[in-house]
Amino acid sequence: MSFLPKPKFHHPALAVNALGFTHRDYEGAISTLCAGCGHDSISAAIIHACYELSLPPHRIAKLSGIGCSSKTPTYMLGQSHGFNSVHGRMPSVLTGANLANRDLIYLGVSGDGDTASIGLGQFAHAMRRGVNMVYIVENNGVYGLTKGQFSATSDRGSKSKKGVENLDSPIDLVALAVQLGATFAARSFSGDKAQLVPLIKAAFEHRGAAFIDVISPCVAFNNHDGSTKSFDYVREHNVALNALDFITGRSPIEIDYPEGAAERVALHDGSTITLRKLADDHDWRDRAAALAALEKHRAEGEIVTGLIYLNDEPVDLHARLNTAKKPLNEMGEAELCPGAKALAAINASLR
Amino acid sequence: MPIQSVNDFVIRFANVNGSGSASANLLFARSILRMGVPIAPRNIFPSNIQGLPTWYEVRVSGDGHLGARGGADFVVAMNPQTFANDVKAIEPGGYLFYDSSRYVPPAQLRDDIVVLGMPLTEICTKEYRDARQRQLFKNIVYVGALAALLDIEIATVEKLIGDQFKGKEKLIQPNLRALRLGYEDAKQRFSCPIGLRVKRSDAVGDRILTDGNFAAALGAVYGGATVCAWYPITPSTSLAEAFEKNCARLRVDRETGEKRYAIVQAEDEIAAIGVVVGAGWNGARAFTATSGPGISLMQEFLGLAYFAEIPAVIFDVQRGGPSTGMPTRTQQSDVISAAFASHGDTKHVLLFPEDPGEAFEFGALAFDLADRLQTPIFVMLDLDIGMNSHLSAPFRWDDSRKYDRGKVMSFDDLESGKDFGRYLDVDGDGVPYRTIPGTHPTRGAFFTRGTSRDRYAKYTEEGGPYVENMDRLARKFDTARKLVPRPALRKAAKPTRIGVIHYGSTAPAMEEAAELLAAEGVHIDALRLRAFPFGAEVGEFIAAHEQVFVVEQNRDAQMRTLLIADLGVDPAQLVAILHYDGTPITARFIRREIADRSRGFAAPLTKETVS
Repeated sequence: MSFLPKPKFHHPALAVNALGFTHRDYEGAISTLCAGCGHDSISAAIIHACYELSLPPHRIAKLSGIGCSSKTPTYMLGQSHGFNSVHGRMPSVLTGANLANRDLIYLGVSGDGDTASIGLGQFAHAMRRGVNMVYIVENNGVYGLTKGQFSATSDRGSKSKKGVENLDSPIDLVALAVQLGATFAARSFSGDKAQLVPLIKAAFEHRGAAFIDVISPCVAFNNHDGSTKSFDYVREHNVALNALDFITGRSPIEIDYPEGAAERVALHDGSTITLRKLADDHDWRDRAAALAALEKHRAEGEIVTGLIYLNDEPVDLHARLNTAKKPLNEMGEAELCPGAKALAAINASLR
Repeated sequence: MPIQSVNDFVIRFANVNGSGSASANLLFARSILRMGVPIAPRNIFPSNIQGLPTWYEVRVSGDGHLGARGGADFVVAMNPQTFANDVKAIEPGGYLFYDSSRYVPPAQLRDDIVVLGMPLTEICTKEYRDARQRQLFKNIVYVGALAALLDIEIATVEKLIGDQFKGKEKLIQPNLRALRLGYEDAKQRFSCPIGLRVKRSDAVGDRILTDGNFAAALGAVYGGATVCAWYPITPSTSLAEAFEKNCARLRVDRETGEKRYAIVQAEDEIAAIGVVVGAGWNGARAFTATSGPGISLMQEFLGLAYFAEIPAVIFDVQRGGPSTGMPTRTQQSDVISAAFASHGDTKHVLLFPEDPGEAFEFGALAFDLADRLQTPIFVMLDLDIGMNSHLSAPFRWDDSRKYDRGKVMSFDDLESGKDFGRYLDVDGDGVPYRTIPGTHPTRGAFFTRGTSRDRYAKYTEEGGPYVENMDRLARKFDTARKLVPRPALRKAAKPTRIGVIHYGSTAPAMEEAAELLAAEGVHIDALRLRAFPFGAEVGEFIAAHEQVFVVEQNRDAQMRTLLIADLGVDPAQLVAILHYDGTPITARFIRREIADRSRGFAAPLTKETVS
């Protein structure tokens, strides 16, 4: 693989956001994934969401594990620090980074192998701890980099490109996230930009563990007739629970949904999300209902997308630990070192 | 003939785990310390919470020998389960103190020892109604009896009880009463004092009695650690807990209650080191505390931290391996797995503290080294240093000391247009500059990865940049060689051809063994290693001696292997002396091994007399 530089010049009339950044300022290197890969669409959605939210690129930290999905942070947010860590361990690295500096915005990008297999434990505990992050799984139900093995999210009965049938039960990461204490759990489809971008924006504004499972067809190994994560399969079986529009506190956007069909939610930081329920019986504030909806549609062979669960008053890890407001990585001797006098008292107590 | 000795004996307590004996035994030990007499207490305990045998040993040494001696002159046998073996362990002429409420047939005793039976259970049953009190105060009663038998000042013990229960005044009177009960009963029952006695002295000075885990954790507090991620594992657990305890006392904002630290009890050791790596990457001083099995689990992350050049501190409190091994026994058997942790070509910096005093010093220093070298630093403790109390120089801190945060590019550096290449060797020492995420809006961002990259952190699989980077990392390791603590040399009174290399908790036993050997005419120069990689003086020391013993507490002579690998020493020059049964190495053992193996040398073993 070679590194492809992207030209930096752009049209002078290119639109800028509230910070004066163009869309281009949020892009990264040119993707080296297969042409048509769903992951590239997700990267595009993340870039778009960050641009629209006017997030300062250098205040975002993007972290990933290992795999096709974990390569994507290179292809977005070129002005952000990135960390491509080890397989399945992004959540712990991100947790540590978050503890060091609570003021940055944390984006964790992972895949179904990285999260549902080798990293299931770390995924679970990051959700439990309420680490303030956006956790995106680019879920194609297959191991791409090692050429087509099943992953733990592959549906039972689905066939690999070589014709082998998967006999194991799939893991529903959204259901797990809800059970484990994620305060924002959603699912979308890489090809559904209209749904995905607002979900990512809402996740960024959420001050807790926000999880989005994005079904992302693998063009090389999982886009054939036997697969349940191919473009065609997902398009035919997608049940959107709700469409989401997103409004930041800084620049309100008019909603064009008719009153009554839309539900506005005031977020903790003053921003607002508006939901339009397609399935009007889904109450996303109700954990039990969220799990029931997932189970009901699963039984019917349908994939639920949209915002599935939200607790808009999350208590994140820092709040639980009662850490200082000033980031720990900015503290020096004055704040951290108790000094010789305190040490003399400790010595005295040990005699 | 009963042993007669003032301020020089070993007393061993055989107890049942969970019976409340630990605090009584500590009270006994500290009383002697308060009389100005040096002590070396050691716990020998099972991997168990309640019911199994546990031993506590106090070496009383007016001469200040703090290593384990071996053998016992006085045994307090409180555990029927181990009674037979405990009696066997007593040196001829020694003393046995036991609870005579239970009949012990004379055949189970010995006629070459002094037997002191006291009906402790009967005394406590008469005195206390509550079963728990009977058990707990039984321990204090025998401390009182020991005070009478060993001539320990009862007023000193009483004052210590007062100090120990400060703030819990309700507990003082009952404890004092139990103490008196034992003291008076012993005075009546036995001819006090016996041949073993404690005599007030001033040999303790300003030294403190503390364990290495507490000391290392306090060092981390002073060294500016803010993030601790750990997973419970014996014998390192008390290190993380001591960090929490000290932070709660020293790092909480008095007005807001906010904490200037964050501790995560992770789901496993892999997550623990992951959190440390993430925090280190983001500019916080972070550490984990673990033991051998944890080091095994952390291998992949340690390779990442080495290759991606992320500061991290790992306290490895070593125990008996391999596998689950002997979780509550001591060893120095993680030396190689820590030095070369992870796949591929990796080498790590190790520090070897000898006692709590140095555990504190290195506990703080490790964070400066980690930032300066941008790499993991291991502080290699062991169960003996970590969990046993040691008499140690008091902790010291110079208030003018500043943290060395290493080569970090600031906003101003970036703003001024300084060239930033994350893996660019600007200064020729192999240590590049780094940026902390979020520093500058448009400059200094880079991608951290475990894959190969060029000097500007761009991904590449080309051979040239890969080799250049690996060579720079080797150069950086040579820089570490110059920055880590120098070894400590203890020269023999006479010039000698024999050298000894040792490290860590072997130090006090080694020092005493050298004295014993010198008295027999065998003179040895001793070099105590304090860090890996080794400085030039280690090679010079080996070259200057005809035969060099490497004394360590593992089966495979791991430090010897490291010396051969790092310095290219001729293996024939290094003779391994190995102690690995899980108990702390003793002066007696070292003396015997060296004496046996140096017989080939004509006495007196000096260079001048070599013909």
